[in-house]
Amino acid sequence: MSKYPEIAEKLMSLEAAVSRFVTDGCQLSIGGFTVTRNPMAAVYEIVRQRIRDIHLVCHSNGQGLDVLIGAGCVKRVEIAYGGNGRYAPTCFRFRRAVEQGWIEFEDYSNYQMSLRFLAGSLSIPFIATKSGLGSDLLRLQGFSEDIRKQNKVARKKFEIIQNPFAEEEDRVVLLPALTPDVTIIHAQYVGEDGTVRVKGLTFADVEQAKSADVVIVTCEEIVPRDFIRLDPDQNTMPAFFVDAIVKVPYGAHPTACFGFYDYDPKHLNLYKKVARDDESFKKYLEEWVYSVPTHEEYLERVGVPALLSIKANPVVGYAQGLDRK
Amino acid sequence: MSTYSANEMMALAAGRFIKDGDIVFAGTGVAMLAATAAKRIYAPKAVIFFETGGIDPVLEEIPMAVADSRVMHGTCLNSGLIEAFSIVGHRKLHTVAFLGAAQIDRYGNLNTTSLGDYHRPRTRFSGSGGACDVASFASGVITFMQHEKRRFVEHLDYLTSVGWYQGGDSRKKLGLRRGGAIAVVTNLGVMKFNETTREMFLAQYYPGIPVDKIVESTGFPIDVSGVAEATAPTAEELRILREEVDPQKLIL
Repeated sequence: MSKYPEIAEKLMSLEAAVSRFVTDGCQLSIGGFTVTRNPMAAVYEIVRQRIRDIHLVCHSNGQGLDVLIGAGCVKRVEIAYGGNGRYAPTCFRFRRAVEQGWIEFEDYSNYQMSLRFLAGSLSIPFIATKSGLGSDLLRLQGFSEDIRKQNKVARKKFEIIQNPFAEEEDRVVLLPALTPDVTIIHAQYVGEDGTVRVKGLTFADVEQAKSADVVIVTCEEIVPRDFIRLDPDQNTMPAFFVDAIVKVPYGAHPTACFGFYDYDPKHLNLYKKVARDDESFKKYLEEWVYSVPTHEEYLERVGVPALLSIKANPVVGYAQGLDRK
Repeated sequence: MSTYSANEMMALAAGRFIKDGDIVFAGTGVAMLAATAAKRIYAPKAVIFFETGGIDPVLEEIPMAVADSRVMHGTCLNSGLIEAFSIVGHRKLHTVAFLGAAQIDRYGNLNTTSLGDYHRPRTRFSGSGGACDVASFASGVITFMQHEKRRFVEHLDYLTSVGWYQGGDSRKKLGLRRGGAIAVVTNLGVMKFNETTREMFLAQYYPGIPVDKIVESTGFPIDVSGVAEATAPTAEELRILREEVDPQKLIL
């Protein structure tokens, strides 16, 4: 009998979750934002399983985006922001891939991408906004006509129409909904009943998850039913949206997980150094991903001193006084 | 007279635009310093918030990204992107956004996407993030720039975020209901925009910076007829900036 009978069928290893749901050519979205709560352990597993031709749809995914692109897993990306705060004004492998023509890309904004996930989550085909009027986001297409014929690619990037409810001239932007094949998010807690609780900021994780066919949640802790149901106002998503649950403590490293650990400046600075160069980045992937078959071994490589230095003060949510230069 | 850096002058020059009651949208870097300095020095009743959903955090330490856990501590509300953008454009609120850019034109339009051909760029940058959105919806935008000819250009390589578009009332005609560029704060001075033509003009030069140098560093003609010297930072302003806003010297 499983320790958690209510979620026994959904609870699985990282290897099983990725091999079962993340397939070559799938449309994928990952949760988090720049230096926080990227599902990095799942990203590394995707890299290790050498999944190819992913169509990544994201707002500001930072570290996870850059590793997936750098490892050659991504064929196509719809993106609002390829940066990682002060640690990468522009994500290095993303930049190189775009400049070298290695990936297909199309630009939107953060709000536009969030709205597109929201539309997908509401089961509507498109959504209206006024964001971007006059900008090149609504003038230049990134994808060719051929790409637009492919599965899960919108036939048009956007449409501008007259507001049908106004008598005066009033322009409105329509954006196509997103319905990814898979969304992977990293949460602090999943209840024994499968309820998901994200602490701190949720970014667009909920819209990303609800718009997807399959949702994988990696988490820091699986917590008792009594705990997750005691204060349900704190919860983020009911269990029935979730297809796979994987317990992976430190599963967002080197990005932060509010209340548990900070981002790892030492690792992000190492990444900054190696990611600029093709050869040194290859070595980085070998050392930190391919030759590290399990998450436990990855944490061993990060080392106890680093993990202690980023341990969050549970009251304030981050590691106070951490050397972040 | 106390000595100070360009970043310190920029943070204070931008912070002085913020009034009590303003809702301030902050990005990373100098923008973060300016927003925090504004609240601690000039406008204690201003509220700082982030596109990621962190609203009114205490900011005991400077965040290194808008998703830094430090924007989630001591807030009035931790939410997400959709909620954050419901604030940016809200008709009841006066929202001021701090942005940065790689290129700017005379109407305050910004490029943070790429240089050269969009499809195969010479240099690729991060992209819009939330910049295009706040430029569309906020009451006004203050932009931080390094003042160089290659950044102050006649024509942007890519228009990521709309300022006054093509000048005059062209922004309104696009269908954008409010907003536009308020000011550009650089390492040399402060630029504002003519109320009719919406063209950029030089409003202030920093103490010790010759006006000629600013003109030479601007890639389009700029009106300097109304220029005045900016007020140098006071010892107290610098103390707050150094001891309270960024004591770890992460950005200063």
